[in-house]
Order: sequence, then C-alpha cells, then structure tokens
Amino acid sequence: MYSTDLRTDAEKKSAGEALRSVEDAAFLAAFQKRIDDGAIIEPKDDMPEKYRKTLTRQISQHAHSEIIGMLPEGNWVTRAPSLKRKMILLAKIQDEAGHGLYLYSAAETLGTKRDDMVADLLSGKAKYSTIFTYPTPSWADMGTVGWLVDGAAITNQIPLCRCSYGPYARAMVRVCKEESFHQRQGYEVVTVLARGTAEQKKMAQESLDRIWWPSLMMFGPSDAGQVSQNMKWKIKRHSNDELRQRFIDATVPQAEILGLKIPDPDLKWNEERGSYDIGEINWDEFWGVIKGGGTCGKMRIRDRKTAHKDGEWVRAAAAAYAEKQERKHSAIAAE
Amino acid sequence: MSSDNWHLYEVFMRSKNGLAHKHAGSVHAQDAETAIQSARDLYTRRGEASSLWIVKSNDIIASDPSKSDELFDPADDKIYRHASFYTVPDGVKNM
Repeated sequence: MYSTDLRTDAEKKSAGEALRSVEDAAFLAAFQKRIDDGAIIEPKDDMPEKYRKTLTRQISQHAHSEIIGMLPEGNWVTRAPSLKRKMILLAKIQDEAGHGLYLYSAAETLGTKRDDMVADLLSGKAKYSTIFTYPTPSWADMGTVGWLVDGAAITNQIPLCRCSYGPYARAMVRVCKEESFHQRQGYEVVTVLARGTAEQKKMAQESLDRIWWPSLMMFGPSDAGQVSQNMKWKIKRHSNDELRQRFIDATVPQAEILGLKIPDPDLKWNEERGSYDIGEINWDEFWGVIKGGGTCGKMRIRDRKTAHKDGEWVRAAAAAYAEKQERKHSAIAAE
Repeated sequence: MSSDNWHLYEVFMRSKNGLAHKHAGSVHAQDAETAIQSARDLYTRRGEASSLWIVKSNDIIASDPSKSDELFDPADDKIYRHASFYTVPDGVKNM
C-alpha cells in the first residue's frame, strides 16, 4: 500500500501554488475529459504537471515503503522458528524488493531518475509508510505484519490496479497477485501461535495489540465526503475511510476465528450500516510518526544507508566488468 | 549517487513456447548479462517465463502519442476491411 499522501498541509499548499499558472484551463479540462471517458494515461501522453508530480511522489513513496518494509523482516530471518518459516520469510522479502523495483520502474516512466528517488529516501527527504517505523520485537509480529499490514496493503492496492496511470496500474496487478501469499502466510503464522501454548497465544495477542491501530492508520487520515483532485483524476478510487472500513470488516472475523481480541473496547457491529464501528484513532500518534520518524525511523534510514554503502563495491565491480566487456567487444568489432 | 552509468532495459517475456513475448517491465543493469539475471529475479519468481528478451530502453523507437490520430486514422474509415461489412444470403452457413 503505502500510497497515502503523507505530506503536511504546508507542503501540499506550496506544491499546488507553484503550478497553478503554468497550464491553461482548456488543457486541464481536456485532460479531465479523457479521464472521465475512461482513458488510461501512458508515459508519453500529455498530462498536467500536477498529475505527473502527484504520481511521481505517490509511486516513489510506495516504492520506498516496499524497500524499507524489508528491514523489520530481515531482522527476523536468522531467528525464524523453523527452516520452513525462514524460507517463506526470505521469499516474502524478495517479493518486497521486487515490488519496490516494479514501482521504481513505474515512477521512472514519469521522468524522474531512480537514483534521485533513492537519494531522496536516503537523505530523509522522501517519506515512506508510517507502519514501518514501528518495532517488531517478537516473532509473532512477522505473522501479524503479514496478516494486517499486507492485508491493509491489498485493500488499498486492489483499486490501484484500475488507476488512470497505466504503468502504475500494471505494477499493482503484479504486486496484488504476490501480496495474497504474504497475507496468507502471515495469518498462518498467527494461527499456529493462537492455537499453540498459552505463552504462544499471548505472543499472538500482544502482537495484535501492537499492530492493530498502526495498521488502521496506514489508510491515512479521515477524508469522508471529500472529493480530492486525486479522485477526480482517478489516481485514487475510494476514500481512505471507505478502504479502512473494508479492511476492518474483513479482518475482525479473522481475529475472532483465532480467538484473538481486537484491542478496541468500542468495536461493535453496527447492524444498520452492516459494518463495524470502531473507537477513535489516535491521529496525533500518526502525525507524530510522520514528523518525528517514530520509534524506528532513524534506524530504518541508517540501515538502508549502510546497505547502500556496503553494496558500493559490488556496483563498482559490475561497472568495471561491464566496461571491460564493452572494450573487448569494440576491439573485436574493429579487427 | 554514482550509478548513472547503469542502463535501463525493457524486459519482454514469453510465458511458454507458442505464445509471443510480452512486455513485463524494466530493469536497471550495467550490462546485458546482469540485465538478464536481474530480469529473471524480478519478473520470473513464480515460473512466469520460458524465455526473456532484454532491449535497451534507449533503442526502442516509439510512435508519438500526439501524432496518433494522423498515424492511425487511415484505418478507421475502411470498414470494408472487416468481414462484418458483407452480407451473405440466408441459408449460407459458416462463412
């Protein structure tokens, strides 16, 4: 997922003002009509600069989240409880790297270099999903992250498969196919714990207690009743609240089946709406994480920087090898 | 950042013999060999391909979307190129 607009109000405002005078009303209206007619926008098509910028930011932020999302999981590879779980975890992490790369590819089609996007992540300029700033101190968290975080991601990403920007939509189709394995393996990890010893069940419950609310925050601030520019441009198809509700309604029964308790005393079924009502989300916590980086934000960027630096010699060696091959080929061609 | 010397390659894959190669996405790599390996890791983790084509993105020559009308218009007004343009007498089957 990780596709929610995480900019502060001031950032959104200044980005909007800078662009207002560049494109005339006729151009914008013609573009809107194409969108309304159901057209899919492809990389070389004309598009408003704001559409390009919004998508570049959203897709790159989404890519960064996939990449940063590998870190809490990588932390558990050597301590997975069995070889089977270890292999599954490695496969999942490899998928996350893949998702990051599909997304960087899609973002690049809008004209921003991948190196620049990565540089923005490493410098702390670019944002990524708040969920990955939370610590994952027990093995149960690997299960809960798959179940809830990937579950929330799927809820958010399925509508993005119909996003008006072709390369993003196509990347999402691939991501969604792979993401359902992530959610199921997570739920299976939690199931095994919930049906295990009292101690294991406690681990599962504590993990749910930790990750439930942050996973609801992944959908972004409440926006019921607003029709945003992103919706008009069909970058986004549903409100944050609608997607969050969809996720809650799907997830609560899954917790019940395992005998786990959702950590919300106000949670109750609303017969009239045919949906669950929930207690209030602590948005101060959400904005605090965005501004301050949360518990693990600094560590995540530090780890990412270290990994990037440690890979420097591999990139240098590959470049030297490529250059050598190139020279050999041109020498042969010259003979 | 120092990796600007990496090339962008477009990846096409054939899911099985008998079908055509289809665009899958792109990879960054420094040479063709690593591009193939990266494309294998990135796009074929679940048996999606039996063959890969890698093409440097810069080598692709694409039509200009702003000229799509003049390029493709001539195909629109020749409805007699379609079988459905023609009527056949009642009783003629399977034509």
